[in-house]
Amino acid sequence: MITAPFTYQRASSVDEALGLAAAGGEDAKYLAGGHSLLPLMKLRLAVPETLIDIGRLSELSYITDEGSHIAVGALTSHGDLARSGLLGSELPLLAHAAGQVGDPQVRHRGTIGGSLAHADPAADLPAVVLALGATLVVQGPAGSREIAAADFFRDLFETALAPGELLTEIRIRKPEAAGWSFQKFSKRGIDWAIVGVAVQGGSIAMVNMGSTPVRATAAEQALASGASPGDAAAHAAHGTSAPEDLNGSRGYREHLARVLVGRALEQARSRS
Amino acid sequence: MSILGTRVLRTEDPRLLTAGGVYVDDVSAPELAAAARVTFVRSPVAHALIKGIDTDAARAAPGVVAVLTAADLDDLPPPPEDSGLTGTEGAPLPLGGPWAEPLFAVDRVRFVGEPVALVLTDDRYQGEDAAELVSVDYEPLPAVIGPDAAIAGASLLFPAAGTNVAVTSGAPADPAAFEGCDVVVERTIENQRLAPVPMEGRAAAAAWTGGRLTVWSSTQNAQIARFILAGALGLDPANIRVIAPDVGGGFGAKIGVDRDALLVAWAAKHTGTAVRWAETRSENLLAMTHGRAQRQAVRIGGSRDGHILAYRLDIIQDTGAYPRMGGFLPFLTSLMAAGPYDFGKVETGYRVVVTNTAPISAYRGAGRPEATAAVERAVDLFAAAIGMDPAEVRRINLVPPDKFPHTTPCGATYDTGEYVAALDKVLAGAGYQELRAEQARRRERGDVRQLGLGLASYVEITAADAAGGETARLDVHDDGTVTVYTGSSAHGQGHHTAWAMLVQAELGIDMDKVAVIHGDTDLIPLGTGTYASRSLQLGGVAVQRAAVEVKEQGRKLAATLLEASEDDLELDLDRGVWQVRGDPEAAATWARVAGQAGAAGLTASVNYTEGQPTFPFGTHLAVTEVDTETGKVTLVRHLTVDDAGTVLNPVLAEGQRHGGIAQGVAQALLEEMVYDPDGNPVTGTLVDYAIITAAELPAFELLQSETPATINPLGAKGIGEAGTIGATPATQNSVIDAVSHLGVRHIDMPATPERVWAAINEARESR
Amino acid sequence: MRVTVTVNGSPVTADVADRTLLVHFLRDVAGLTATNVGCDTSSCGACTVLLDGLSAKSCTVLAAQADGSEVVTVEGLARGDGALHPVQRAFRAEHGLQCGFCTPGMVMASVSLLAENPAPTEAEVRAGLEGNLCRCTGYHNIVRAVLAAASERQSS
Repeated sequence: MITAPFTYQRASSVDEALGLAAAGGEDAKYLAGGHSLLPLMKLRLAVPETLIDIGRLSELSYITDEGSHIAVGALTSHGDLARSGLLGSELPLLAHAAGQVGDPQVRHRGTIGGSLAHADPAADLPAVVLALGATLVVQGPAGSREIAAADFFRDLFETALAPGELLTEIRIRKPEAAGWSFQKFSKRGIDWAIVGVAVQGGSIAMVNMGSTPVRATAAEQALASGASPGDAAAHAAHGTSAPEDLNGSRGYREHLARVLVGRALEQARSRS
Repeated sequence: MSILGTRVLRTEDPRLLTAGGVYVDDVSAPELAAAARVTFVRSPVAHALIKGIDTDAARAAPGVVAVLTAADLDDLPPPPEDSGLTGTEGAPLPLGGPWAEPLFAVDRVRFVGEPVALVLTDDRYQGEDAAELVSVDYEPLPAVIGPDAAIAGASLLFPAAGTNVAVTSGAPADPAAFEGCDVVVERTIENQRLAPVPMEGRAAAAAWTGGRLTVWSSTQNAQIARFILAGALGLDPANIRVIAPDVGGGFGAKIGVDRDALLVAWAAKHTGTAVRWAETRSENLLAMTHGRAQRQAVRIGGSRDGHILAYRLDIIQDTGAYPRMGGFLPFLTSLMAAGPYDFGKVETGYRVVVTNTAPISAYRGAGRPEATAAVERAVDLFAAAIGMDPAEVRRINLVPPDKFPHTTPCGATYDTGEYVAALDKVLAGAGYQELRAEQARRRERGDVRQLGLGLASYVEITAADAAGGETARLDVHDDGTVTVYTGSSAHGQGHHTAWAMLVQAELGIDMDKVAVIHGDTDLIPLGTGTYASRSLQLGGVAVQRAAVEVKEQGRKLAATLLEASEDDLELDLDRGVWQVRGDPEAAATWARVAGQAGAAGLTASVNYTEGQPTFPFGTHLAVTEVDTETGKVTLVRHLTVDDAGTVLNPVLAEGQRHGGIAQGVAQALLEEMVYDPDGNPVTGTLVDYAIITAAELPAFELLQSETPATINPLGAKGIGEAGTIGATPATQNSVIDAVSHLGVRHIDMPATPERVWAAINEARESR
Repeated sequence: MRVTVTVNGSPVTADVADRTLLVHFLRDVAGLTATNVGCDTSSCGACTVLLDGLSAKSCTVLAAQADGSEVVTVEGLARGDGALHPVQRAFRAEHGLQCGFCTPGMVMASVSLLAENPAPTEAEVRAGLEGNLCRCTGYHNIVRAVLAAASERQSS
């Protein structure tokens, strides 16, 4: 219920945050909304010695139309994403998925950057940015770099972020294909997805079908070759290693993947 | 017009909605000003010998006042003699002898979460840090999980007992019982382990001053708690005061006090330091008692025309690591096994086994939901086997209204009932035929989303321990206000409102002049508290009787005051004024009358022990949609008749029904306390233990039915647990009904999406 | 570290351990015990308060994160003259509480829900309260209360 002791530091700029992280070393973690990190710390499953609060960096909370792409600041809350008129018209997949994260209180505090950096394969937004082919902009001691979403999620709770690097922006090209769908399957509205599917055009990414969000590449290929949504969906689980847990065996998850990809593709088609 | 039976908003609410309730962790008392914080050290393993405990590092941690283990329990009375209980007595008492449960684990731990030590720290935050530093050397033993492993007995929790089977009861099956049945169906059903999850976990605070122990406890029974504390700590009850402040839910799991709270009280006495404790939710899921956990073998037989001739229920009750309730829960299940039906023969038998899991105790319904769940599944299985609509099978077998009081083969005598009317009311309210037609259309089309209709007809026993009685004292003060001291102990039920209504109805004193006090043994030394849905029919009757006695005293006092004869006096209930008939000037307020009473005051005390158990009943209908591709279940409608006799306040009764329905549905669809084969809890937080939320429930449709009890002047039976009892099997039956056309005959609870999907697949493959 | 949080309109300043949760700051430092702790996994919502106008689970916010922010708890909801907030009134009128433990958080979550969605449907209310667990009421009357409060404000 109570975290292990730690030192709290507050950054008032990105540069200050980077400096504090460099000084803090391995046992320092950024704190954004805290709704992925603090629950782990309260159960003492994570015991960072230093927390660098970046929650005041309001300059990292924005959603802007950059012409060919939409730029989303890493500290934009899920609630702001869900309510954004700009996203509603340009990237409804992201807006809709953000509106399904957790519950209203979580959405007020949790941020897209925090969710992506936490890299829980059962979370909704990592699969969404994967489906959207997003580019993640990262600031570090050595400067700024861009990482494709496909390269960002390495393993369970592991990303391509180097120590001290800070995710600052998510860039998403405006999709050519308008059809989209987000299928989140869970027992209760507040649960993590047992399996989830994010579709934008012919791009299909899945939640909780592996140790990272994964593209349903076999299904995508089938679709691109002219298969119907139902036939393409039959390949949804191909190449995946779905987890086995209280909420689903691997076999059940593979079945759900097929069903949900089929439904997502149908719904995306009806929207295009 | 009497206020009784009308909708009255709660007097409890203004305070709860503005300042908030004062629960144990909120209590601010001078004795607790410098209280230390208790944090327990709990076993992380399910079954192990304790080889040693090293507390050095913990003692040196910041803020640590003391670290206490079993070795420090040197100031307790010797344990009581083995009570010799076999567990078949039908009493909610723990087994003694080799099954005795210690306070701290001594040489062996038997469940994950069992308390092994505690640390006292200056503040809460230091407590978790220090507890982590207590090092316990465990030598693991094979864990016993599930009834099969328990019965096999390869590993014993209590070697001195020589077995894991703590209680055995019931005659062997009569081979002739099912003779003459055209159709006999058998099934083994799991009534799964649940966690009560009151929103407030367990909490206690204690102070030892001047040879007196004061304990604040989140309890449903302050007086029972005091009794248990006295015995465990070797104190005269007169030297113990137990206070139940606001209690954030109990559901049976906060009856009396348990070993953790006893240790808190003992720590205060042992160290001389006041202490406070409030468990975390994780601790609550591990170490508060769990509920249900019965494996049920049902056998039901009858003729093709729908008459059920015989029913047998064999129960294996998993009681967790310690048999805290003997055989009480399956005893109640057996008592109510026949349900609301007039079967020819009903046989029951039960065994209670220990396993390396949290101990099992009462949880909303306590043995009766299990009875209803078993017979309602059995009736539906029989209906499916003979191809008859389950509503029809019920109608044929329900005890008809002219056969009351009705004694069942299980030994229960049901007082009053209108079982068929309850069924018909729910069917009509739901538009049952239209729903069946919609179901047929969807089946015809092969829709992905199929419709299920599930029924449960039930009868349940409330105030099973009516003989224990309930108390009330009523004082009328010389300012015209009233104080009621009740032995009942509300933790959400609204007794303060209900008892004030009774006073207003009897004495004409306005409700807002009536204060109700409960839960303080200094003020109310004798009382039972609230469980078993007993409080209105016992505690409320006690309040009414006290009011009647006070009225008669008042009549005499008024007669003296007004120099009139008692026969000429009337109590004007609208104005709360004693009136001489025919002389409007000759009147006396209650204030004046009370002022006449002299030093003893105007007061009456009642210990009402003439109550008897009563038998509320009803029917639930659950309408579910099942997505046959994913197995996901959505509860679309839930209709009920819950007839608990004359309703005192429909607002309160409806609230109890709503809450019970939600918990009942949750058992059918979502909740299960799961342990892995090594005895590690898999559902140890509210992330995994799936409490139902508003988003998974519809608005409920409550239909009215009041068949008065005849045994008490309020006509009241108990409503608190009825909703849970009916809702679970109705919902379970509904899910199975939704996919019965695919060949599914049974799905164990909770009907998770994967379970439903697997059942559909299995049925498909076996065709 | 030194933290100042404006609680129900009044600043509360204290030196607290860095790891102090906002809920404990409110309960133990500000002495406002209506907000309750019901779980340890941010699941139950009993600790819900308004943080800079938006509902938040105060057990999942460090007091340090709320330094300089404004918090409203149920104790601060009634008007200065004691008149109840429409949501408080509606909870009473509809019997939307029993034991009361989840109630402060439920009320604050409801206030926030209606601020963002003044005319919700029943389904929107149910979804909007999915972060608040109640074991006593079955939610039936809580949902009625929120809808009643919404229509009272719509008509006034």
